[in-house]
Amino acid sequence: MSRLGALLARETALAWGRGGGPMVSVGFYAGVATLLPLAIGPEPARLAAIAPGAAWVALALASLLSLDRLFERDYEDGALDHLALSPVPLELTCAAKCFGQWLATGAPLALAAPIAAIGLGAPLALAPLIFACALIGGLAFAFTGGIGAALTLGARRGGLLTAMIVLPLFVPPVIFGGGALASFLAGLPWTSGFALLAAYAAAFVALGPLFMAAACRNALS
Amino acid sequence: MIPAPAFLSNPERFMAFSRWAAPMFGAIAVVLGLAGLWLGWTAPVDYQQGATVRILFIHIPTAWMSEFVYVCLAGASLLSLVWRQLLADAAAQAAAPLGAGFTLLTLATGSLWGRPEWGTWWVWDARLTSELVLFLIYLAYIALRASMDDETKAARAAAILALVGAVNLPIIHYSVTWWNTLHQGASVFRAGGSALAPVFYWPAILMALAYTSAFGSLWLVRIRGEVWRRRAEAAALRVAKG
Repeated sequence: MSRLGALLARETALAWGRGGGPMVSVGFYAGVATLLPLAIGPEPARLAAIAPGAAWVALALASLLSLDRLFERDYEDGALDHLALSPVPLELTCAAKCFGQWLATGAPLALAAPIAAIGLGAPLALAPLIFACALIGGLAFAFTGGIGAALTLGARRGGLLTAMIVLPLFVPPVIFGGGALASFLAGLPWTSGFALLAAYAAAFVALGPLFMAAACRNALS
Repeated sequence: MIPAPAFLSNPERFMAFSRWAAPMFGAIAVVLGLAGLWLGWTAPVDYQQGATVRILFIHIPTAWMSEFVYVCLAGASLLSLVWRQLLADAAAQAAAPLGAGFTLLTLATGSLWGRPEWGTWWVWDARLTSELVLFLIYLAYIALRASMDDETKAARAAAILALVGAVNLPIIHYSVTWWNTLHQGASVFRAGGSALAPVFYWPAILMALAYTSAFGSLWLVRIRGEVWRRRAEAAALRVAKG
């Protein structure tokens, strides 16, 4: 357990510290949220209609950013070989990596999401729900994203390829989260979308590490 | 324990089997396809859709194939990943572009059909969207395979991706259905019998069988090509080593 704790601390510290850490993702998120009204037009009514959806999809894009460094760096400097040899199963190591990624980028993005949504014109009452969706959705994005990052180890143009692999897997969480937000705004019951989002996140927290570990073993073989 | 008959798992026997099976499936596809097209062309026009209803006979079979090929791809990937069968890997590699092609044809014929019937080339409807996502997954599979220099690693990474896709596709399909539905539900294969009139049902079934047979033929030909390519590479290596 202490091994796992040390691993988790290492991954979180690396995700937080390397290459600007959460600032890059949050900065990218702020950039997308700034460009949207410039492209769509500043009318408040028009912006408010798309605000929650835009804030939500920008979040999915922002969580792609740091994925290519999730395994790549450890793979290049040989740390991944050592991690694979350690008594901690590689599956748990991968889970710790994704969890660290979530703590370092998913959580800060979840704090930024309500600000972006309200800035685009969403009502204040939406803030708690979009924070919760971003927090839970971030978990799904980190663990599905980790699969793409592990699969592209050793590939040429790994970063672009990761996005190409991961974006189709982001379809269900984007739909469920967006659906929950839209239902909330329309005054409809929003819990089903939120529950489905949480279920998807839970499923990939469980399944993702198996795929990631298989992909890492393949890259190291 | 390898869950495949020898004529599929042993390369020598596979080459002997596919040598006559590939042209046979091709001939079956031509015969069934001609019969299906004839029946489809002589079918009465639909009272609402007019002659555009005939697009059904090329649209439904491609849609069926786009999913069927993914099942083949995932099955072959599982065989190559778990039992390390080289032929299964060649089969997965050969199936992916065919599946992508069928998916693209489904999107294209559906779009051409949607214009006169729904008044739009494209709607963000559940079935259309999940077909589009399926196309993206095929592309990701092909791209991942193409981007690695080490063929063994590329094969295993692609196989893992195919299985991730197999886990995800039902979820994606369900999620987009939850999201939005305009396309009619399943019509041909559904509980309680087909919703199509027999005069439309039979040409559609014949065309679906023709497409399946054509896929079988093309798949075998592509696997044969892949086996030859690997043999040629091995021979070149032997010559290079002296």
